[in-house]
Amino acid sequence: MTARSGDLHVDVAVIGGGPAGLSAATHLRAAGVGDVLIIEREHQAGGIPRHSQHTGYGIRDLHRVLNGPAYAAELVARAEACGARILTGAMATGWSGPLSLDVTSPSGVYRVHARAVIIATGARERPRTARMVAGDRPSGVYTTGQLQNATAIWGQHPGSRAVIVGAELVSWSAVMTLRHHRCHVALMTTQYARAESYAAMTLPGRLLLGVRVATRTQVVQIIGKDRVQAVRITHLDSGKSALVPCDTVVFTGDWIADNELARAHEVAVDPTSSGIIVDAGLRTSAAGVFAIGNVVHPVDTADVAALDGVHVAAQVADYLHHQSWATAPVELQAAGALRWVSPGRIDPSGPAPARSRLLGWGSTVLRTPTITVEQGGICLSRQKLVWPMSPGRAFRMPWSILANVHPSRGPATITVA
Amino acid sequence: MKALDAEVVVIGAGVVGSAIAKELSGYRLSVLMVEARPDIGDATSKANTAILHTGFDASPGSLESRLVARGYGLLRDYAGRVGIPIEDTGALLVAWDDEQLSVLPKLQAKAKANGYDATQIVDADAVYARVPALGPGALGGLLVPGESIICPWTTNLAYATEAVRAGVQLRRNWPVERIEVNDQVTTVHGPAGDMTCRWVINAAGLGADRIDAMFGYERFAIVPRKGELLVFDKSARALAPVIVLPVPSAKGKGVLISPTIFGNVMLGPTSQNITDRTDTATTVDGIEFLRRKGMSLMPELMMEEVTAMYAGLRASTQHDDFIIEADLAQRYVVAGGIRSTGLTASLAIAEHIVVLLNEAGLRLRARQDLPGPMRMPNLGEGFMRPYRDEQRIAADARYGDIVCFCERVSLGEIHDAFASDIPPVDLDGLRRRTRAVMGRCQGFYCGARVQQLLDQCAEERP
Ligand SMILES: Cc1cc2nc3c(=O)[nH]c(=O)nc-3n(C[C@H](O)[C@H](O)[C@H](O)COP(=O)(O)OP(=O)(O)OC[C@H]3O[C@@H](n4cnc5c(N)ncnc54)[C@H](O)[C@@H]3O)c2cc1C
Ligand SMILES: Cc1cc2nc3c(=O)[nH]c(=O)nc-3n(C[C@H](O)[C@H](O)[C@H](O)COP(=O)(O)OP(=O)(O)OC[C@H]3O[C@@H](n4cnc5c(N)ncnc54)[C@H](O)[C@@H]3O)c2cc1C
Repeated sequence: MTARSGDLHVDVAVIGGGPAGLSAATHLRAAGVGDVLIIEREHQAGGIPRHSQHTGYGIRDLHRVLNGPAYAAELVARAEACGARILTGAMATGWSGPLSLDVTSPSGVYRVHARAVIIATGARERPRTARMVAGDRPSGVYTTGQLQNATAIWGQHPGSRAVIVGAELVSWSAVMTLRHHRCHVALMTTQYARAESYAAMTLPGRLLLGVRVATRTQVVQIIGKDRVQAVRITHLDSGKSALVPCDTVVFTGDWIADNELARAHEVAVDPTSSGIIVDAGLRTSAAGVFAIGNVVHPVDTADVAALDGVHVAAQVADYLHHQSWATAPVELQAAGALRWVSPGRIDPSGPAPARSRLLGWGSTVLRTPTITVEQGGICLSRQKLVWPMSPGRAFRMPWSILANVHPSRGPATITVA
Repeated sequence: MKALDAEVVVIGAGVVGSAIAKELSGYRLSVLMVEARPDIGDATSKANTAILHTGFDASPGSLESRLVARGYGLLRDYAGRVGIPIEDTGALLVAWDDEQLSVLPKLQAKAKANGYDATQIVDADAVYARVPALGPGALGGLLVPGESIICPWTTNLAYATEAVRAGVQLRRNWPVERIEVNDQVTTVHGPAGDMTCRWVINAAGLGADRIDAMFGYERFAIVPRKGELLVFDKSARALAPVIVLPVPSAKGKGVLISPTIFGNVMLGPTSQNITDRTDTATTVDGIEFLRRKGMSLMPELMMEEVTAMYAGLRASTQHDDFIIEADLAQRYVVAGGIRSTGLTASLAIAEHIVVLLNEAGLRLRARQDLPGPMRMPNLGEGFMRPYRDEQRIAADARYGDIVCFCERVSLGEIHDAFASDIPPVDLDGLRRRTRAVMGRCQGFYCGARVQQLLDQCAEERP
């Protein structure tokens, strides 16, 4: 980028260079779209995997198992090799038109005018304040993201004794990071009756990690003037409370989609998931604006986010070609143990979503969940799944359950029990 | 006789002590400001509701009433000169039952008695027209157009910075423990050593009664009154176009909803007398109380995420007014019991103290050699921020390097804070000077990088 400040015209602007945005750009270029610009606010593209040093990335999209930084580097290399432009250190701060973005970077302030925009801004963990945990405001309080950023990128050290709030998949990632830095995990707490993803983990996994998990337990207070000294935990059923000494608290999971740009543009957002509402083609409520990755479904794994990128590329290329934008007719609603579902709108006669899967989030552990689909008071299908639902990780449902949905009979409800 | 360390020692570098030090720095006089904590403005002055009060509901005839009204105008002028952000939102006092409704005319009369004529009583429709997001049940309201929001941190920092630039010596980490008053010289003792002076001004906030006792007084005892607050996400800002005030009752000012100068919305404060003067923790009960209040005042607000929670301690006393008095014999002035309007009144308090010192015979002569005007970095969301400033970024690329994404704080602003006259020493101090890490992600993205910048700065400090 040599121009200082001013207007930039591109075919597609991708906001966010994480797994979703990078693979969208790669596949847009492969589909023959001319000018694709990724706007990434960090100094390096790659998103969350940049500082997630453990392995487990790339299985479904690259068909390899990589650690986070290697995976991020691979996706960046592919995007660049395909001729996508990546503007790093550049933050989209707002909109100056329906498909125009205000961007700040060290090289200047730009207005990026695009023919289509893809929002791929990811999700963050809900911090202590948003969980309204009372008490002092000492140092030593983290989210997993901050902890891994601090240790992996900046070489900082956590304390020596930690309490982890939450028992989602990401929480175990926090355990591994703390272990690596010789920080003892004194306790993991979860409000659920069973440690959500823990229940779904294999026995060897549990034995290996050997962390004490307090179920139906909430951290209600943080104590310590300068550095954390203890947390107060309360049992949700008995009301009993206890102090747990520690110098580090990690608030994990409980995701919030980074939906600020969407909300600033009046792009519809699901109040339950905080994710941007899309249809099966990853179209949002605003013409020409698409959304992919964890900002749509907070959260699934990185490879699933990347496959959104593959899926959206064909949709965007098609839109650039035909310039038509239709709103999918049927709203999908979640009920029972299903907290939310994405896509939130569908066109029964249109193409299937990415991976022919619906994504959702569960509020309880179900070994063999039953999915019921209803529309206009009529039951359209009922199906027992062979995989479990557990809170704290995405719940995937086959697209085929919606086979009988009618385009003009109002919203369809998916109930999981 | 050995030279004095300073003619005047000001104890406390909150908004009141800093205003006094700034005011005194305009005269030919050596001044030293001592602060117990590692940073200025780190006690009550950092944790309030940040409203520039008109003083419409003060007790007519009180010192507080006079100084709030006077301070309001002084601070507005000063803010314009040095660049402290203020937004003229106005306030709407809302009545939720018949009794409160019947109080509105009395409040209007009180406002008049306080010299404030601009209030206006409005009906329920007008209330909802102004704040559509209010919960059901509002019966009417009182408009107070002059109430404004201000940046409390920049105010305190501006005073202290101006003082330091004009030659006031600032000692941080300097708790005063004992004071010895002799004929000509007063010696102030602390763990860090002694200092000698002629006059002492006590602006020690929550510690003001203890300093007062060192001069042999038992005029007042401070009862810290905790006020807890919730700050909501910036997405909520449109819900609160004005400050929504409750009808004050015997128990205090009550719970308000206010936009903040940083573009958020705040709900609070609670009001709870406590004993520990250092206890600024939020409580389970306090948060629950605010949640319930919020649900009835503005249900939609409670759908938004909470960005920050904090508590401030009002330095209340058994008296219903500020305690500002001079003791000529001991060459001592106290500014105590500055409870819930001290931010607004600060410059008037300082002005008042100069009058007291003059009356006491301290010959104050204005200086002609003051440094030129200064300009504070803008933290206000309603004004030009560096990340949007093309010219600024073109001149220095660091202003385009955004470090804190949620609050859009650039590397340039962080470096400026480190290079300023009163640099921050910790994360909280950096936050008050730049807004870094005070946003919705609370450090998920930038916490580590900001820590790195702080560590680096600490290493480079001589
Ligand atoms: C601790 C942890 C461990 C994990 N472990 C695994 C694992 O083992 N395996 C796995 O598959 N997944 C794992 N995940 C999940 C995985 O990281 C995410 O699913 C994946 O990163 C989502 O990709 P994304 O592109 O949607 O979002 P992100 O990776 O969050 O990328 C979003 C990008 O957008 C940028 N951005 C946001 N807003 C703006 C803006 N306004 N302007 C410019 N840029 C912007 C951000 O800087 C970021 O780079 C883990 C996640 C965490 C937090
Ligand atoms: C919840 C709440 C809401 C409020 N809302 C508003 C508002 O909207 N508008 C408004 O105008 N006002 C408001 N106020 C009031 C305002 O914040 C205070 O009146 C003002 O901050 C008092 O300033 P201060 O300098 O006297 O006290 P402080 O800020 O407490 O400063 C006193 C300083 O003295 C230092 N000190 C104490 N003892 C010693 C010692 N022995 N040696 C050295 N240093 C010492 C302390 O460390 C401290 O830094 C509010 C207050 C609260 C608590």
